[in-house]
Amino acid sequence: MATDLTVAPPVAATEKLPDRPKKQRPRWLAHTVLILGALLMLYPLLWMLSSSFKFTEDIFSQTGLVPERVTGSNYPDGWTALPRDFGHYIWNSLVIVVGSIIGNLLACSLAAYAFARLDFKFKKFWFAVMLGTMMLPIHVVIVPQYVLFSELDWINTYWPLIVPKLLATDGFFIFLMVQFIRGIPTELDEAARIDGCGHFAIFWRIVIPLSVPALATTAIFTFIWTWNDFFSQLIFLTDPDMYTVPVALRTFVDATSQTPWGPVFAMSIVALAPVFGFFLAGQRYLVRGIATTGLK
Amino acid sequence: MSSTLDVSSRERQHDEAPRRGGPDAPRTKRKSGRLAPYLFLAPWFAGLLFITAGPIAASAYLSFTDYSLIGSPEWIGLDNFQRMFNDPRFYQSLKVTFIYVAVSVPLQLAFALFLAMILDRGLKGLALYRSVYYLPSLLGGSVAIAILWRQIFGSDGLLNQVLRFVGFENPPGWVSNPDYALGTLIVLNVWTFGAPMVIFLAGLRQIPTMYYEAASLDGAGKARQFFQVTLPLLSPIIFFNLVLQTINAFQTFTQAFIVSGGTGGPADSTLFYTLYLYQRGFGNFDMGYASALAWFLLLIVGGLTAINFIASKYWVFYGD
Repeated sequence: MATDLTVAPPVAATEKLPDRPKKQRPRWLAHTVLILGALLMLYPLLWMLSSSFKFTEDIFSQTGLVPERVTGSNYPDGWTALPRDFGHYIWNSLVIVVGSIIGNLLACSLAAYAFARLDFKFKKFWFAVMLGTMMLPIHVVIVPQYVLFSELDWINTYWPLIVPKLLATDGFFIFLMVQFIRGIPTELDEAARIDGCGHFAIFWRIVIPLSVPALATTAIFTFIWTWNDFFSQLIFLTDPDMYTVPVALRTFVDATSQTPWGPVFAMSIVALAPVFGFFLAGQRYLVRGIATTGLK
Repeated sequence: MSSTLDVSSRERQHDEAPRRGGPDAPRTKRKSGRLAPYLFLAPWFAGLLFITAGPIAASAYLSFTDYSLIGSPEWIGLDNFQRMFNDPRFYQSLKVTFIYVAVSVPLQLAFALFLAMILDRGLKGLALYRSVYYLPSLLGGSVAIAILWRQIFGSDGLLNQVLRFVGFENPPGWVSNPDYALGTLIVLNVWTFGAPMVIFLAGLRQIPTMYYEAASLDGAGKARQFFQVTLPLLSPIIFFNLVLQTINAFQTFTQAFIVSGGTGGPADSTLFYTLYLYQRGFGNFDMGYASALAWFLLLIVGGLTAINFIASKYWVFYGD
């Protein structure tokens, strides 16, 4: 994507050559604005990272990014500050994240194949319903969901957080994959059909292997959203043993006593690190995902 | 841009429809073919029934009842709604949420468009800048960032240290002052302008450069080009971002919950609608009242989206 911008068409290039020197100055200006802006944007994050290596009493007196006195004890202190060690909460989060990714990949791609490739009654209507659920705030359905899950005795289990993903309730990903599957040439389906493939074989052997970029986008976004999700985890997981990373982090600042900022920042960094890692690894997919569906 | 994609591929679908049921397809296959869509959609239909549409209907019913999870819901007619319209905290939560949406969404989009336009000039390092500006969008909704905000805008936090350093003697405790607490959350939302910025960038790239060349040949300056070329051609994308960010902003919960410690304070100044709903439903287990609040939220979000769509006819330009 970045390359099509830098490669200018040859005609325009020759024409633009004379006013090159003129354009040089605003470019420097633009770079200066962009770099200052980026520093301002990133400063809070970098400051938190550096503060996680400061003594708590220093955090309130040092605005700089380089700690004057370095301590490594915030990490072990934060790791063990809560009733269970922090690894336990990471494990809980991971179980939910992995379950959600599997659920979204399977259920959303199945639904997307039907919307993109199959004909059935009221297809337009159901598709519109699906788009409508994308805009549905979870707060509207949380109360009846809670009633349902408590009837099933699922409160304080992983199920209320994973089962909805297995039932393709994230319309965003269905939409993303419908768009993607529509771009796969139907000739491939036809060829497979002539070779005797049914719909499931076409889905599994042709559409899925060709949809890897869309599946990767789905997996990465599911990871980040589920890992960061707080509202539903706060509601469905009230037993401290079941706490996930965000819910556990919240108990640090929830207590009326003084917040131990050093350890809190250390564990906040631990909580953000996987998101950052996925961001670095999957930027290509993220940018494409946002550009086609407007995900956050 | 997604809508245009949508249309073209839908048309393609129609072209191939007759082919599929063509005479060469054997009978048995056609039968299984008729069932296949429903097999593929089975999980989705179940989700619709139990997780999304079903619960919407159920919350409509619950909104007419008194229900605390113990025993069964007791029908009380319109009492919940009557109570709602006499509830000062309900109005407060509406006010907080509307101010938040009305201030933070336009600011966020303005920043997003401004930076997208700077980035769209073919600068070196575009990918790097884009990533850096996009990063806060991914992190902004997390508990960790909300905790960081609580420190930065605390009375002895990072911001006030800086302010004291440059000479302000008594800066306010931003998150503990009812006049400023909401402002800190607005700043947090504006900070996440990267996601709409990436969408703007994709949109700006689709504007052919010949339009600008034609405009400058006709003597249009940069400002004129912005208002006469960029804005009209970008208006579908602006609209798309507006609808999306408005819906997102209405659902803000985590940041307010963490910064206020779950109370919506100080003095209910960060009592977001969703936070109030949470307090009634899961603090007091007042499920009937919470359902009434939930339904009202659905009406607001639906209504605002509808207004956005109607208004868009007057300012969004979809070409010819």
